[in-house]
Amino acid sequence: MTEFIFFINQVVIAGAVLGCIYALGAVGITLIFGILRFAHFAHSELMTSGAFFAFMLAALFASWGIVTPIPTGFVVLPLAMVLSAIFALGIDKGFYAPLRKRGAKPVILLIASIGVTLMVQGLIRLFFGAGSYSFFETETKDVFRIDTSFLGSTRPLVITEPQLLMIVVTVISVLALHLFLTRSRLGKAMRAMADNADLAQVSGINTALVVRVTWVVAGALACMAGTMLALDVTLKPDLAFNIIIPIFAAAIVGGLGQAYGAIAGGLLIGFAESLAVFNWTMVLRPLNAVLPEWAQLPSTLALVPTEYKLTVAFVILVVVLLVRPTGIFKGASS
Amino acid sequence: MALIELKHVVGGYGGAPILNGVNMAIEQSDIGVIVGPNGAGKSTTLKAIFGLLKVTGGTIDFLGENVANSLPDKLVPKGLSFVPQEKNVFTSMTVEENLEMGAFTRKDSFAETMAWVYEMFPVLAEKRRQPAGELSGGQRQMVAMGRALMSKPKLLMLDEPSAGLSPRYVIEIFETIVRVNAEGVGILMVEQNARQALAFASKGFVLAGGQNRFTGTGAELIADPEVAKSFLGG
Amino acid sequence: MIRRSLGLFAGLFVLILVVGWLMGLPFTSSRLVEAAAYALIALGLNIQWGYGGLFNFGIMGFLMLGGFAVTFMSYPVNADFWGSDGPMLLGRALLAFAVGVLLVLAARRSDRIGITGRWKAALVVLAWFVAYCVYRSQIDPAAAYIEANAGFVGGLGLNAVFGWIFGGILAAGVAYIVGKIALGLRTDYLAIATIGISEIIRALIKNMDWLTRGTLTVSPIPWPTPLPQDYQADGADQMSALLMARGGYLALAIVVLGLAIWLVSRAYAGPWGRMMRAIRDNHIAAASMGKDVKSRQLEIFIFGSVLMGIGGAMLVSFTQIFDPSSYQPINHTFLIWVMIIVGGAGNNWGAVFGAVLIWLVWVVSEPVAKAIFDTVSYWSTTVGWPAIPDIESRSAQMRVFVLGLVITIALRYAPKGLIPEVVRREG
Repeated sequence: MTEFIFFINQVVIAGAVLGCIYALGAVGITLIFGILRFAHFAHSELMTSGAFFAFMLAALFASWGIVTPIPTGFVVLPLAMVLSAIFALGIDKGFYAPLRKRGAKPVILLIASIGVTLMVQGLIRLFFGAGSYSFFETETKDVFRIDTSFLGSTRPLVITEPQLLMIVVTVISVLALHLFLTRSRLGKAMRAMADNADLAQVSGINTALVVRVTWVVAGALACMAGTMLALDVTLKPDLAFNIIIPIFAAAIVGGLGQAYGAIAGGLLIGFAESLAVFNWTMVLRPLNAVLPEWAQLPSTLALVPTEYKLTVAFVILVVVLLVRPTGIFKGASS
Repeated sequence: MALIELKHVVGGYGGAPILNGVNMAIEQSDIGVIVGPNGAGKSTTLKAIFGLLKVTGGTIDFLGENVANSLPDKLVPKGLSFVPQEKNVFTSMTVEENLEMGAFTRKDSFAETMAWVYEMFPVLAEKRRQPAGELSGGQRQMVAMGRALMSKPKLLMLDEPSAGLSPRYVIEIFETIVRVNAEGVGILMVEQNARQALAFASKGFVLAGGQNRFTGTGAELIADPEVAKSFLGG
Repeated sequence: MIRRSLGLFAGLFVLILVVGWLMGLPFTSSRLVEAAAYALIALGLNIQWGYGGLFNFGIMGFLMLGGFAVTFMSYPVNADFWGSDGPMLLGRALLAFAVGVLLVLAARRSDRIGITGRWKAALVVLAWFVAYCVYRSQIDPAAAYIEANAGFVGGLGLNAVFGWIFGGILAAGVAYIVGKIALGLRTDYLAIATIGISEIIRALIKNMDWLTRGTLTVSPIPWPTPLPQDYQADGADQMSALLMARGGYLALAIVVLGLAIWLVSRAYAGPWGRMMRAIRDNHIAAASMGKDVKSRQLEIFIFGSVLMGIGGAMLVSFTQIFDPSSYQPINHTFLIWVMIIVGGAGNNWGAVFGAVLIWLVWVVSEPVAKAIFDTVSYWSTTVGWPAIPDIESRSAQMRVFVLGLVITIALRYAPKGLIPEVVRREG
C-alpha cells in the first residue's frame, strides 16, 4: 500500500497539477487559433506577465496588511485576470490587429507573436531582473499530509494547499468555460466563428467583438495558469517560456481549435510526463524479495531520465502528428 | 419605392471590376431570379449587395437608404439576409445552434421565429439536437435557409440554393422559397436551373459580362426567343 | 533597387566604423567574425524560408550540432578514453542500437507474414519499446563508465575545418530525418515541430556528458587559423597579434560565406531555383505540373540546415568553448529570424545585410542601454530621486526587448525587408 500511495503522490497528483496548468494554457492557444487562425506563440508571455500581475497585487495586499485564509495569490487572481485580459487586448490592438487589417498571412502573425514574446520578456526582465520570486515569502505554504495508515501504508498522501486549490479552480473554470461556450450567445458565436468565419460574418455576427472576447478569455485563463504555476513552483521571467512547447503539444494533440481537446491534451501530457519519469523500482521493490539474485531491480527504473522530462511532450506530439495529424478531437487539418 | 434598388453598380475584388453597371429593383412581394453564363457576375451581385466586396460606383438603395459597402453586421438588422452557396452551415454546431446564430443581431426574443422556421421545415425540428454536419445536402440547405430567416429579413438572398441537390430536393427547395415569399419575404436568388427558376420568378434578370442583358418577368424571359437561345440552352 | 542596396551596405559600413570607433578594435573585430558566421546561418534560413517557404524554428538545434561536431573533430584526443574499456562498451551500445533499428524495421514489415492492422501497430509499438530498452541497457552503463574513468570521449584532434564540414554533414543527417517527419505538416505545426526537435537536441547534447561533457563545457577548442598566442610567440606585440589572428579567422569565414553565396546564387538563378520559387508560391500548382514537391522541399531544408551547421561550428571554434547550456531559443533561433525578416526574406544580400546589422544591434544594445540608464540614473540622483538599481543586469536584458521591437516594427512598416526579394519575370 505504501508503494501505491507513493505512486499517487508522484504520478497522480503531480500529473494533475501539471495537467491543469497545461490545459489552461492550451485552451487559450486553441481558442486563438480557432478564431484568428494563427499559432499564438506569445501565449507564454501572457501567462508569465499574468503571474507577475498577481505577484504585484499580492505584494500590494501584503503591504496593506491584509491577511487572507487562503494564499493571497488565489485571492488576487480575479483582479490579475482582469489586468491580463486588458493586457491581451492591448497586445492585439497594438501588434496583431494592424497586420490582420493588412491581410497578412497567419505565418506573419506567428512571427509577430515571436516579436511580442521578446518584447514582453525583455520588459519583465527589465523590471524584475532575472531572479526568481516566491509568493510565499510572507505567508506559509500549507502542506496537507493525509495519514493513510488505515490502508496499511506507512507513507502519507501529500498535497500542498496551492495544489489542492489549483485543481479545484481549474475544474471550476473548465465548467464555466463549458457553460460559456454552450449556453451564452457570445460563446456560441465564438464557436460559430471558429467553425466557419465567413458564414459567421454573413450571419451578422460582430466578428470584431468575438475577437475581443477571445482575447479576454485567453488572457484571463493564461493569467490563471501562470499564477498557479508560480504558486506551485517559483515565479521567474522565463516561467512559462520554458513550457510553451508542452502547452502547444497539448493544444495540437487535442486538435487545434477544439477547446475540450486542449483540456484533454493538457491532462494527457501532464500525466504522461510524470509517468515517464516515474521510478518504477519504488513500486516494484517488494518483488526483489521473490526475484533471484541476478534479476534484482536497479535502483532507478524510469522510462525516461528526469533530465529529458520536457522531451516527453514532444515525442507524444510527433507521434500524434504522424498517426492522427488532426489531433484526438479532430481540429483544423488544412 | 422598391425594397431594394441597384443603380448602375460597379465593383469587384480590387482588380478590374467584375460588375460593370448592374441595375435591378425588387419589391417585398417579388421573387427575383438572376441567371446568366458563368462569370457573368451573378453571385458577385449578391455579394456586392451584402458588402462582401468593394462597390466602386453606383448605389444600392435598401428601403430608400444607400447601403453600398455596409458590412453584414449592419445589414442583417436592417432586414437583409444571405445564404451562401457553399459551406453555409456551422457543421460542428447543432441545428438549433445554427438557427440561433442567424438571430445573433436580434435583441428581442426569437422563440416565435424559431417555431415558424421549424413549422416550415419540420425535418429540422426532428434533428434540432444533431450537429448540422451530419445532415444530408438537402437538409443542410434547409438549415442554411432557416438560419437566414431567423433574423426576420425583408429580403432573402440565395446563391444557387439548388446546387448539388437531387431533382426531388430541387423542387422541394423551390416550393419552400415560394412559400417563404408568400409569408412576406422578398427573394433575390441566383440560379443555374434557369428555366425552372424563371418559371416561378416575378422578376428575372439575365446578366452577362457584369451587366444586365435582359430584364423582365420570368415568363417574359422564358418566352423571349433570344434569351431562350443564348441563355436557356435553346 | 541596386542603388538602394548599395546605399544600405554603405550605411552598414559606416555603422561598423562607428562601432569600431566607440567600442574599440578588439571588440569590433570579434563581433565581425561572429557576424560573418551569423550571415552564413541567416543564408541557410533564407534558403529555407525565403526560397522554400519552409518554416524552421529549430535553428538552435542545428547550431548545437555544428558546435558539437567541431568540438568532437578538433578537440585533442583523450588518451584516457581510448586506453579504457570505453570504446568497447560504446561498440556494444552501437550494436544494441543496430539491433533495435533492425527490430523496428522488421516489425514495420510484419504485414508480409500476415500480421496486419491493429496487431501490426501493436507489434511496432512493442518493437520500439524493446529496442529502446535494449539500447538503454547498453548505453547507460557505458556512459557511466566513461564519465567515471575518462571524463568524456574527447576529440579527434583534426583541423577545425574538418569540424565545420562534419558540422554540415551532421546537420544534413538530422535535417533529413526532421524533414521526413515534419515537412508535410502545415506551417504552424512545422514551427512547433522544429522547435520541439531543437529542444530534444539540446536536451541530448546537454545531458550526454560522456560525449559532450554537457554542462561542464569543453575548452579550449583550437582554431583553424593561427591563434593570437602563435603570433605573439613569433614576436608580434599583443594588439597586432590579436588583430592578425582575428583577421585570419575573419578572412577564412568570409571565404566560406562568399563560397556559399556564390553557390546559392548560381543554383537559384538556374532551373532549380525557378522550380523552388514555383513550389513556394503555389505548391499545389507545382505538384500538378509533375514537380516532385516533397523531395525538392526536403533538398532545400537539408541545404539550409547544412549552412546552419557550418555556421554553428564556426561560432564555437571562434569562441573556443562549447557550452551546451549557453544555447537559448532567443539568441540562437529567433535572432536569426529577425535578421531574415529585417534584411529581406528571399534575397541573399538582404540576409547577409540583416545578419550583420542585427548582430551589431544585438551586441550594441547592451552598452547603449547601460549608457542611457547611467545617464538617467545620474540625473535622477541629482534631483534627489533614487538611482536605478542593478543597471548592469537590466541593460543586458534590454537587447531582448530591442530585438522584439525591431521585428514588430519591421513586420508592420517594411514587411518585405530592407533589401526585398527581386521578383523576376519568368520567361
